[in-house]
Amino acid sequence: MTQDSRDLWDSQMRRELREEVRKALADLGDDSTLPSVAGPVVELEDLCLKFGDHTVLQGVSLDLNRGETLSVLGGSGAGKSTILRLILGLSLPDSGQVRVEGHDIAHAPLTQVLALRRNMGMVFQEAALFDSLSVYDNVGFYLHEHTNLSEDEIRRRVRESLELVDLEPDQVMELLPAELSGGMKKRVGIARAVVHRPRILLYDEPTSGLDPITTRTINDLISKLQTELDVSSIVVTHDIRSAFRISNRVALLFEGVLVFVGGPEEMVASEDEYVREFLR
Amino acid sequence: MSLSETARTPLRYVNDTLKGWALHTQEYFRLLGRSLHGSISRPFYRRDLVIQMDAIGVGSIGIVLLTGLFTGMVLALQSAVEMKQFGATIYIGRLVGASTIRELGPVLTALMVTGRAGSGMAAEIGAMKVTEQVDALYTMSVDPVRKLVVPRFVAAIVCLPLLTVITDVVAILGGMLIAVVKLDLTMDLYMRSVYLTLAETGYIFRYVPIDLFAGLLKPVFFGAIIAITGCYFGLKTSGGTEGVGRAATRAVVTTSVFILATDYFLTQVLIALLIE
Repeated sequence: MTQDSRDLWDSQMRRELREEVRKALADLGDDSTLPSVAGPVVELEDLCLKFGDHTVLQGVSLDLNRGETLSVLGGSGAGKSTILRLILGLSLPDSGQVRVEGHDIAHAPLTQVLALRRNMGMVFQEAALFDSLSVYDNVGFYLHEHTNLSEDEIRRRVRESLELVDLEPDQVMELLPAELSGGMKKRVGIARAVVHRPRILLYDEPTSGLDPITTRTINDLISKLQTELDVSSIVVTHDIRSAFRISNRVALLFEGVLVFVGGPEEMVASEDEYVREFLR
Repeated sequence: MSLSETARTPLRYVNDTLKGWALHTQEYFRLLGRSLHGSISRPFYRRDLVIQMDAIGVGSIGIVLLTGLFTGMVLALQSAVEMKQFGATIYIGRLVGASTIRELGPVLTALMVTGRAGSGMAAEIGAMKVTEQVDALYTMSVDPVRKLVVPRFVAAIVCLPLLTVITDVVAILGGMLIAVVKLDLTMDLYMRSVYLTLAETGYIFRYVPIDLFAGLLKPVFFGAIIAITGCYFGLKTSGGTEGVGRAATRAVVTTSVFILATDYFLTQVLIALLIE
């Protein structure tokens, strides 16, 4: 392919992508219908992390504003999921700061870390449902552990969360995770993450391994939760279409370095070589 | 590679290996410390404890019954061959009783439970680790040590002595079966012989034979070793399903070696403290 034809191909692709972004944003409604954004709830400042000789993150600075959905894109091993682990305080950075609602979670005492985690919900790549527990016990796990609510109240909240993710409580509550399909597992994982009404939701590859229809359902669900629960979300994914569909902003990681942060349309219009390569 | 670098490589390997062992030892004992602390402080996971007692205790009854029965029978059978030559078959009960209560009961029970429950702990927690269920606990502000390790730890140290009693009783009865059927001893003579060997070494707390006390103290330590080693390898699992299999194998091998080594040192200590 010559340089000219490559450029032509790139511009054609970018036009198509831009069109898709517009359509996705139109599906969600225009910007004015998105929840208001005021001040960052998560701030990553100059994060560096190495595992042995391997650099995972290098000088990553990123903010998540209140009420927005930020997608972190990147290839495999780019350090995307590590960002979520750092925000949850499951890993510690070699240098830099991770502030969650103004508190440096990396250097906070354990009690504060636990308190901060209670404001967060995490949706894992493979849902990470507890094998030995029913859907009801999985979704109600947090409430059983950390509240003194009556069993009736817990049951009511579990039902509410399952309905929120478009599952029929009576049909799924007594099932074990092994009896669920991939898409249902993800939805139960989301229900478990939102049952205590967190202010921040973290999604690790929420659409990986799903068919296109289920992917669309999960994407719609993420958008619905942002609107209905007014949560701030970080979605780690390598699925560009999903990211553009659900995000207010996207960030792109390449070998631990943040190469782009901005709106989906800005990303499509970007002249950065790696961004163009990634979108291609 | 220069000569000095070539010479440094084996040294670095030895250095890294020793550091790795030191780290494992430190983390192992830290897990033990946290489990001990978790056993006496809130929150208590009573439901998980009952589930684990069922899995470790009730679930192992069948295997310890068989182990005890055949061990007692074979002990009586083998020793009868030698003892017959000296006309000492009346001492079969002493031999079976002493060796079972002091050593074979606790050790064989522990090894059987290791194979059954210790590997299960490593595999179960390992599978939870590789499928991010352990991370899910962290994200929900639940300490995996308290939720997963402590119930197994408490269940193991409670169940092991009870299982050992079962093994001891069944082994002695197995020995009696052989003594009565093959050696024409009376049940009364056999049981009196077992009783005499228990009484011989004296009593502790007035009524408890020292041998029995020592034989039931060891399983408490063995239970702790089984649970902590199984859970430790489970929590250290990485590398998908292959890693889970590796963790289970390592847990069984390491626990077995630890049990045999601990048995020797405990025996030394107990002899020094209780008998000498």
